[in-house]
Amino acid sequence: MNVLRVVIMLAWRNLWRNHRRTLIMIGAVTVGVWAMVFMTALMRGMVSDMMQDGVRNLPGHVQVHDPRFRDDPSVVNLISVPDSDIAERFDSAGIERWSSRVNVPAVISSERESRGVTLVGIDPGRDDALTGLSSTITAGRYLEGTDDTGLVVGARLLDRLDTELGKRVVLMSQDPDNEIADRGFRIVGVYEAKLEAQEEGAVYAGKATVTTMLGIPDRVTEIAVMGDDYRNVDPIYAQVAATVNDDLEVLRWTEIATYLGSMLNVMDGFVLVWFVVIFLALSFGLVNTLVMAVFERVREIGLMLALGMGPLVIVLQVIVESLLLLVIGLALGSLVGWLTVLPFEDGMDLSVVAEGMEMYGMSSVLYPELTLDDVLLANVVVLTLGFLASLSPAWRASRYEPMEALRKV
Amino acid sequence: MSITLRLAWRNLWRHPRRTWLTLGAMVFSNVLLVFMISLQVGMYGLMIENTLQVFTGSLQVQAPGYKDDGKMRQVVDNVVPLASDLRKELGIEAVSPRALAFALASSDDRSFGMQIVGVDADREPLVSSVPGLITDGRYLAAGDTEAIVIGRVMARNLKVSVGDELTLIGSGLDGSFAAAVVRVEGIFDSGVADFDRGIAYLPLPFFQDMFYMEGAGHQIVVSTETLSAVDNVATETRNLLADESSLVVHDWDALQPGLKQAIQADISSAFFMYAILVILVAFSVLNTQLMSVLERTREFGVVMALGVSPGNMGKLVLVETGIMGLLGLAAGALAGAAFTYWFTVYGFTYPGMEEMAAEFNLPARVFPEVTPLSLLVGPLAVFVFTLIAAAYPALRLHWLQPVQAMRAA
Repeated sequence: MNVLRVVIMLAWRNLWRNHRRTLIMIGAVTVGVWAMVFMTALMRGMVSDMMQDGVRNLPGHVQVHDPRFRDDPSVVNLISVPDSDIAERFDSAGIERWSSRVNVPAVISSERESRGVTLVGIDPGRDDALTGLSSTITAGRYLEGTDDTGLVVGARLLDRLDTELGKRVVLMSQDPDNEIADRGFRIVGVYEAKLEAQEEGAVYAGKATVTTMLGIPDRVTEIAVMGDDYRNVDPIYAQVAATVNDDLEVLRWTEIATYLGSMLNVMDGFVLVWFVVIFLALSFGLVNTLVMAVFERVREIGLMLALGMGPLVIVLQVIVESLLLLVIGLALGSLVGWLTVLPFEDGMDLSVVAEGMEMYGMSSVLYPELTLDDVLLANVVVLTLGFLASLSPAWRASRYEPMEALRKV
Repeated sequence: MSITLRLAWRNLWRHPRRTWLTLGAMVFSNVLLVFMISLQVGMYGLMIENTLQVFTGSLQVQAPGYKDDGKMRQVVDNVVPLASDLRKELGIEAVSPRALAFALASSDDRSFGMQIVGVDADREPLVSSVPGLITDGRYLAAGDTEAIVIGRVMARNLKVSVGDELTLIGSGLDGSFAAAVVRVEGIFDSGVADFDRGIAYLPLPFFQDMFYMEGAGHQIVVSTETLSAVDNVATETRNLLADESSLVVHDWDALQPGLKQAIQADISSAFFMYAILVILVAFSVLNTQLMSVLERTREFGVVMALGVSPGNMGKLVLVETGIMGLLGLAAGALAGAAFTYWFTVYGFTYPGMEEMAAEFNLPARVFPEVTPLSLLVGPLAVFVFTLIAAAYPALRLHWLQPVQAMRAA
């Protein structure tokens, strides 16, 4: 114990013998760690924003379909259980946030234009807990009930259709016998979405109105369920899978939106690679500093060895010196990283490249996300690798022949 | 060899380990920079090419407003004669007229909405890769009438194959009801599910009859051989159309604003990473050179007392750094080129890349492109910052007092 205290004290004093060198190295570590923390916070912010939007658009963490529906999104491939049974089962299973919906491709026509859209029949109250659609309404109103005969469309679609709030449009799709099913709707609400494709692609109406139009009373095409955390969907997945019949397909969001799902994994890999790359760039300087520090002290080390200090203590001393330096740099770097993320808590405006960000599926305001896990990971990576990098100079220092070392100039 | 060079070279190898470590930092960063920049160059090229050659082309002639609103009545009148005029005047064969409309397509079992594109069967292969991606049947040929070519996903969803009939329902240019029965002649597979689900091709004359276009279309697509030629061709086209005030020319950048911005967003985040790497190398160099100058305080004191000016000594330090920098530059560029070359042959991929790359029309394996630019930009930046980092140690010499310096330990 005493040895350790002496070693630490010696290491600390040794560090400040050449304060310029130490300060430069601490500076380098600080910049490196800052870059680790800051960059990761930005990336995490981007990804979690994408994930949350993605989950809201899908919607849900888990979805249930007829197994054929995803490849053939047709009104023929309905969920085998009547809608009223679904409600009963989910309620008795204690699942809170779920929504059963009708989701079919359709053609929407105004007086002048036609477009392809997805017609979504929803229970407005239930669905809003998953999508938050009601809060994105910019004109008119949100749907009021399953038998609401109004239609809510995206602002961009309204533009493209050359029509306006309050006007009538016709929606065409097919019924299960492939007869054309069409119905006139009055546009009662306009919403805005972060992603243009979403805003142009989905129109919402009351579920009962849509099932009547399609001739599929009390049936739906999908059930969307929201759990507590998009990163951990297994509990809710298990619960849903136990609730529905075996002939239905239950999927996690990572399996539906594979781009987002793999993004999440790739991000974790990227963060680690980024940490290691930065450390490697730092390591050359670190080893250099240690080599020079040992070189200057050859005589001193020789003397210590001659006086009976074990080689292990010498190894320990060089390593402690290196770790002390790294710890100071890590503390400063993490602190500065945190301080630079703070001003962007309310979001970082990236609207200059908004459309480019949309291509990645991101919105143009970025909320950096600094997590304790990432900061800890940065610290662990630097300390572990720093320890390994110090081994060689430390080992060399302990291998000097005391007499030879003493004679060195 | 001048005395400064000789001195600098010898000084550099006073501590070979230190010099090697500093060189190591440079080479490490340079290899990474060369590799990543080459990868970006390769990826951006592919991203642009793949996105443009599927549908957009290099530039398009449209009616004003069509790009944003895409309305049926924003037409280019007499589109076929105009396209052939342009072909002649520009001396470019790859000029193809198109018309676009939306329609509901019904097979025996299914109905889906899709974008219908009327194309010149002979010219379309020159501006788009789709005609080359036919997996079943054939592409449209001149003289076809009731023929349609659809995507693989749409064919699967409609449950049709080559030879089956589809009923198309839409609205014509004047808003009247437009309908036709067409035969599936070919099925294409672009690999992009949304495209393969959303787009179908009709012969342009038949399209114009069906939708009452009266000779009009919506786009004239021009493909240039290289991206760099786009600006010239666009200007030329604008001049040719000067008296047709009702038309505008958009280059790919305007047609796909997301593409360039996605690249810009990617460049800026990559730039941050590169800057950090370069700064870390600069710290390493600063440390090494400062140490090397401080060690020699006595020596500098002596030569100064002998009449060497601080400026000359500063020059010596800069020459030392310069030599080291050049070594790092050459070794880094060489090692980087070798490292990257391996990937230009075997391609670069990582787990999860396939799903991510598909989002940007990229293959699962990317081949970096080694160009003089990608090879030298990174190493040159490292070199410049190396010299900047040496400025402080070199300038310090101006404050050196010969007598004190000679007494220094």
